[in-house]
Formats: sequence, structure tokens, C-alpha cells
Amino acid sequence: MRALPRASNTAAGGPGRHSARQGHRLTPYLFIAPALAIYAAFMLYPLARAVHLSLFDWDGLSLATFVGAGNYADILTDARLRAAFGHAGAFIFFYAVLPCCVGLVLAAVLTRAKVRGLPLFRTLVFLPQVIAMVVVAVAFKQIYAPDGLLNSALRSVGLDALTRPWLGDYAFSLPAVGLIGSWVSTGLVTVLLLAGMARIPAELFEAARLDGAGAIREFLAIIVPSVRAELTVALTLTIVASLKTFDLIYMTTSGGPGSSTTVPSYEVYRRAFETGQVGSAAAIGVTLTVIIFLVTLAVNRISERGA
Amino acid sequence: MRVSATERTLNYAILIGFSLIVLTPVASILAAAFGPANASAAREGAFHPSNFATAWVEGRFGQYMGTSVLVALVVVSLAVVLSILSGYAFGTMRFRGEQALFYLFLLGIMVPAEAIIVPLFFDLRTLGLTDTIWAVALPQVAQSVAFGTYWMRAYFKSVSPSIMDAARVDGASKGRMLFSILVPMGRPAITTMVVLMFMWTWNEFLIPLVMSPSGEFRTAPLGLAFFQGQYTQGTALLAAAAVMVALPVVLLYFLMQRHFIKGMLEGAVKE
Repeated sequence: MRALPRASNTAAGGPGRHSARQGHRLTPYLFIAPALAIYAAFMLYPLARAVHLSLFDWDGLSLATFVGAGNYADILTDARLRAAFGHAGAFIFFYAVLPCCVGLVLAAVLTRAKVRGLPLFRTLVFLPQVIAMVVVAVAFKQIYAPDGLLNSALRSVGLDALTRPWLGDYAFSLPAVGLIGSWVSTGLVTVLLLAGMARIPAELFEAARLDGAGAIREFLAIIVPSVRAELTVALTLTIVASLKTFDLIYMTTSGGPGSSTTVPSYEVYRRAFETGQVGSAAAIGVTLTVIIFLVTLAVNRISERGA
Repeated sequence: MRVSATERTLNYAILIGFSLIVLTPVASILAAAFGPANASAAREGAFHPSNFATAWVEGRFGQYMGTSVLVALVVVSLAVVLSILSGYAFGTMRFRGEQALFYLFLLGIMVPAEAIIVPLFFDLRTLGLTDTIWAVALPQVAQSVAFGTYWMRAYFKSVSPSIMDAARVDGASKGRMLFSILVPMGRPAITTMVVLMFMWTWNEFLIPLVMSPSGEFRTAPLGLAFFQGQYTQGTALLAAAAVMVALPVVLLYFLMQRHFIKGMLEGAVKE
């Protein structure tokens, strides 16, 4: 894409005669040019280069060999990569699906009855969104530690049998890390849905109650359909966040034990900067981008069709 | 709306229960940060604010925080100015290729750093730019500009045309109109954008991790990761360091929470 697509305007009369009007026409492009220059150099160009790199087998130093779609085929055949994308699916559950279910119920209950302290509640539950993920990771690593808060709590109620090094356990490390994502997302989703539900006209509830609708009917027939737009935004934000979980994995498990918590974004880093598989790393990054696109598109389509 | 006393009680139980779930990790890290760093400190008492000073010095957080402030200043100021300029064009002017260019910027909101980081590192290394502030800051400017253009366009589109017509009648140029009328008027929208960009830049991890392999431009979150790798024994100093890294954004959040919540909720691309 050219920064200044002006060629079409210089047709008749030569450059000199229309220069004043032309300057006028160029104004919008001049306002956009600085932003576009940096954006093109540090976003669009690297994106195109990533697509290019993904077609090669390259260790970052020596000469690259062209492998076509080989790196993409690896995503389907390489056990570790398949695991990584599978874990991304699990993370979508923990970051997006679970928080949306909890948030819907929570917000609905809080909307039915006006209670005091709602602004303070909103401030508190939104807090995890602004804390740096590395800090969240440090906090939860201490909670999940062998002598951490979680195991201490289990021991204090006599459930010693359940204690374990949560992040070092093959079966439990993935849900343990995933629940950190749930902790981060749920407040955002709840605040978003609360805002949507506050806009439902009171008459709707009154009419439903006159018809004898119970809390559950009210929830399914009025509340859920009314917040479809908010739910779409919530799902989009949290799914995208779940697919970009790099810092959390880097800080807590480094993808381990084995490959039990590795995710695509961590594999990008590991392959490009640790194991010298630069082409494969680029292919994973490109695939991740495509998935984010498709998911965003799909979530918005489904919500529109339902409307 | 009328609901029974039982339901009201249940609601308070939910409010308190959920708040506790959110607060427990926060409280636990604060407790660890003020706790004794080792056995000899434990004998002197339970409250140790000196952990912060120790972690600050031992973890070299003075240097890392300084780098973070510098990176945030460069990223936010550049991204804000560029976004205002481009958002102004998209929001108030008609021109050829407008839609295509706008979608091009929207694309950037969705592209994850993971996709661009690999070629960026190798290309900037070839240019000798890794381990400079530019390698750490400019990719983040590009990310922020994508969002900022979208955000500022929405603001400029919301300005009543009569205001701009009045200014035009007074003979104000496009530039003057922007800087003497529209920017001062748009202070709330711009503040929200600044706050969000600051948060994203301060909390960013992958880009500074990759772009400064020697650690010369290590930002505060990276300093924390590095500190975690070095001090595996004891949790107090690490917790104290974590609190310090989170503090600037958390403080800003308590001062301007409306901007944070509004921005993150409305900033989601709704097409």
C-alpha cells in the first residue's frame, strides 16, 4: 500500500496549474501519513515478512531453505504444536466461556435487586484487568506453590490428600493456569454485562412478572437476549486475550511440565529464540493471527444472525 | 424492582463472596511483600516494609522503572499525536481510499504481537537497532496507533458538524480548527486513550523481552521476570518487587477508573 495514492489526481493540466487545489486534496493524506508510516513499518511490513518467513526453514543464522507450506503442515503433525493449539482451546474455555457463564448469572442476580455497594464492587472486580500479567503470575505462583495458600487451605480443612504442587502436576497444571485467566477475565465480563443489563427497561421485567415468569424464565427470555451485544464484545475480548497468553505461561510454567501447558504464543517465542526454528515460529504467529480473525468474525456473525 | 429479603441477602453474599475471590490473590501478595524475607527477619517481627527498599536495590528496579517511564513517555506521546492527526482525517474528511485505509488500521488492532515479533527482531537486529529504545518503543507505537486512530475517529465523528461549520466560517484552517477547538473539546476522549496506552505500554512483556536481548532496555515487568529467575528462595522480596511493578498502573486506575472501564468496554471493536 502506498502512503500517498495521489497519482490519479494529476491527470490534466500538469502539476503546476492545480497545485493549490491539489494541496487541498492532499490534506487528509498528510494528516494520515505520519501514523501510516510508523504503522506500515512496524506492523504491516513485519506481518508480510512473517508470512514470507513462514515458508522457510531457517535457524536465524545460516541460509534459509524454502519449504513451502511445510511449517503449516507441522502444526497439524507435530505433537507439541498440536498440544499447544489444543491448550489454546482449553484456554478459550477458561478465559472466555467460563467467565461469560459466571458473569451472566452474577450480573443478572445483581440487576434484579438493587443493592448498595455496586460501584465499589465494580471497581474491585475490574482490578485484575489493570494489574500487569507478570505480577498476577507471581501472585498465583505463590498461591499454587507446594507450601502456598491453596495447599495450606486444603490441609487446614483436612484435605491433605488433595494437596500437590499444582503448577508441576501433569494433570492439574493446565486448569491451574487456566483458572488464573478466569480470575482475570470474569470481572471484565461482569462489568460489561452489568452495564448492558442496566439498560433493560424496567417495564420488561414488570410485564414478565405480571405474566408470572420466574427468575429463570426472566433470565432466559429477557436478560440474555438483551445483552447479546455486550456478550459479543465480552467473548471477543476474552477469546483474543486467551490466544495471546504469553507472559502468564512464560512466568508460571514455561509450557511445562513436559508440554502440558504450552500454548501457540509461547511456542512462537520458544522456537524463534530458543530452539532456532524461526520459520516454524513465524508460521505459528501467522496461524494465530488468522485464528484471531476468524474467531472475531464468527462471534460477531453468530450474534448478528441471532438478532 | 421489588425482591424478597432472602434474595437481597443472597445478593450481598454474592457481592462479598466474589469480591473476596478477586481480593485474595491481591491480599496474599501484599501480605507476602510485607512479610519476613528470611528466618532471622522473622524473629524481629511480622511487618517488614524495608523489603521494598531491599528489592528495589537488589533487583535494580530503579533502572528498570526508569526505562519503563522512558518507554511509556515515548510510546504514549508519539502514539497520541499520530492518532489525533490520523483520526482527524478519518473522522472529518472525505477522500479517495478512505475506507480501505481505515480497515488497514483496524487490522492492526487484531494482529497479535506474536505474529510480528519474529521478523521484527531479525530485521531490526540486521539494522543494529535491537537493544535501543526504538526497537522497544516503535512496534508498540504501531500497535497503539491502530487503536488510537479507531478511537479518535469515533470522537471526531461524534463532534457536531455545526461547531466545525462555525469555525470554517470564521476562516479557521484545518490545523487551527483541530488544535484550538477540537483537541481541547475532546480532552475526555483523549484522556481515556492516554490512560489505556499507558497501561498497555507499562504492562507489555513480549516486545521488550525480545527486543532487548542484552537486557540494556529492560522494562519493569521484565525486571520482575529476571528477579524471579535470580531469587528462587523466599517470596517476600519477589512479592515486594511485584507490588512495585504493578503500582503505577493500579494507582492510576484508582484515580481514573472511569476512564479505564469506559475505554476498555467501548474500545472493543464493534463492526
